[in-house]
Amino acid sequence: MARVVAVTGNEAVAEALRQVNPDVSSAYPITPATDIMQRFTGFVSNGKVKTEMILVESEHSAMSGCIGASAAGGRVMTATSSQGLALMWEELFIASGTRLPIVMALVNRALSAPLNIHGDHSDGMGARDCGWIQLWSENAQDAYDNTIQAFRIAEHMDLRLPAMVCLDGFIISHSIERIEYIEDDKVKNFVGEFKNLNPLLDLEHPVSYGPLILPDYYMEYRKAHAEVMSKVAGVVLDVAKDFEKISGRKYGLFETYRLDDAEIGLVILNSAAGTSKDVIDAFREKGIKAGLLKPRLYRPFPYEEVGNALKHLKAVCVLDRADAFGASYGPLFMDIASSLYTCKEKPVLINKIYGLGGRDYLPEHAGLVLDELAGIAKTGKVKTFKEYIGVRE
Amino acid sequence: MAEMMEIRWHGRGGQGTVTAAKVLADACLSSGRHVQAFPEYGPERAGAPLRAYNRISSKELRMHCPVLNPQVVSVVDATLLDSINVADGSTKDAIFVVNTSKDPKEIRAKLKAQQGQKVYTVDASKIAKECIGRSLPNAPMLGAICKVTSLVSLESLLEDVRKSFGKKFAQKIIDGNLEATKRGYGEVKEG
Repeated sequence: MARVVAVTGNEAVAEALRQVNPDVSSAYPITPATDIMQRFTGFVSNGKVKTEMILVESEHSAMSGCIGASAAGGRVMTATSSQGLALMWEELFIASGTRLPIVMALVNRALSAPLNIHGDHSDGMGARDCGWIQLWSENAQDAYDNTIQAFRIAEHMDLRLPAMVCLDGFIISHSIERIEYIEDDKVKNFVGEFKNLNPLLDLEHPVSYGPLILPDYYMEYRKAHAEVMSKVAGVVLDVAKDFEKISGRKYGLFETYRLDDAEIGLVILNSAAGTSKDVIDAFREKGIKAGLLKPRLYRPFPYEEVGNALKHLKAVCVLDRADAFGASYGPLFMDIASSLYTCKEKPVLINKIYGLGGRDYLPEHAGLVLDELAGIAKTGKVKTFKEYIGVRE
Repeated sequence: MAEMMEIRWHGRGGQGTVTAAKVLADACLSSGRHVQAFPEYGPERAGAPLRAYNRISSKELRMHCPVLNPQVVSVVDATLLDSINVADGSTKDAIFVVNTSKDPKEIRAKLKAQQGQKVYTVDASKIAKECIGRSLPNAPMLGAICKVTSLVSLESLLEDVRKSFGKKFAQKIIDGNLEATKRGYGEVKEG
């Protein structure tokens, strides 16, 4: 039987990692992700996993260690947040360019300066185009389920791409919620034996990793990466189907909530989507046709599917928990705008920036945005296309 | 029980308030309920005011933000009554449980509780000193909350106190906390 427990998001991710039992992990602590690896190193010390744990002196080294271990031929994972991810920056591209199926939990946190340890999406958004797969998680259950599925997706023989699983710092990582753990043997069978592809340690078949590729072939190499990204969505859906068999829980590329007959809608990532759903129910009770779309597979972004899911609406607000300084709009907004670009009929789009550095996203914020959208749907008039909400003037 | 109950805890760093919210969530997990327990994270210093929250519901909990309209307010440190408005946003029929040796009527007046609101007191610090040897009022507060909300039976709460404290502490401390929880349950007074 599945075990029902009350645990934090970090605890849930650590439990998934214990059940997957990777070969190697290389990690460095950072708030709010520390707890994941602290618990996991406990599993290592207590003999609960056979993982070789490498404790390093920085996140740059942590990702370098993961890259080395993955190229050598092992199932590899790590976890980080914020500045830690920033320090991994050049290694992120090496992991993806070398097509190494490393799985990393990213506990989303604001970036310095000013120093702030709380949740926002600036870290993950900064790394959205580094060639990794990104799965985003609304709650502890999603984070646990996504972590398990991430191994199957990343290691799929058609992909061999690194994957990060994003969850909101503190709001999810440090909050206790009821979740269901799947039995150990089911998780073990689901992820299966790690399959090697050109491992460095196969001395009978020597290979080179990290070669110099000059203008004669570099562009073909990059095009190949773009092409493999186009296969990710199909794999994510196949893995989700198998996952439903062991968990009873359905996952897609994104979640739609009361969207089919909606006239106005919110697009929002992670924990704030849950708060928004309760407000959408309240608006529905008032007779207002509101709905929501929550991306799950954010990279590669399923543009066509998202565009089709949103094009019938009259007005949509994309809520970003990160800004893209110097760009006109927040990062999620730009993707949603792109997904609707080719549609003939499309909603009016507005953008709100919320919740930076852990600022609370409250039901009243969702309510104000939905009221504004209802007004736009009625009159077609837009007051402002982008603004910060829940902020002092 | 209402479909969802929201609880706000007011304490100071080092009193075990966050642990109390966690234990309550765990104890309420029985009978298929959904639970949340989370503190408001600030600079974590002993003695600094802090808040923690619980949501307990028969339906899936999707809300991920602080509790703004608590039905239960648990004040683990009565000195906070002088510095913050613990009644802020509380519902018309809210239940207050305050750790104090003072008379519940006096606390009721201090809180300016409305007619439909209930005020209870329990001398949790004294109970803790007698049972555990230290002023760690979380266990007797849990006992009192258990009594006045009927969220969970005393037996299953004690089971969870045993489980939670058992991970960290010696048998003597666990027994002390179990006794403190029982006394909090028994000694809570209505004003």
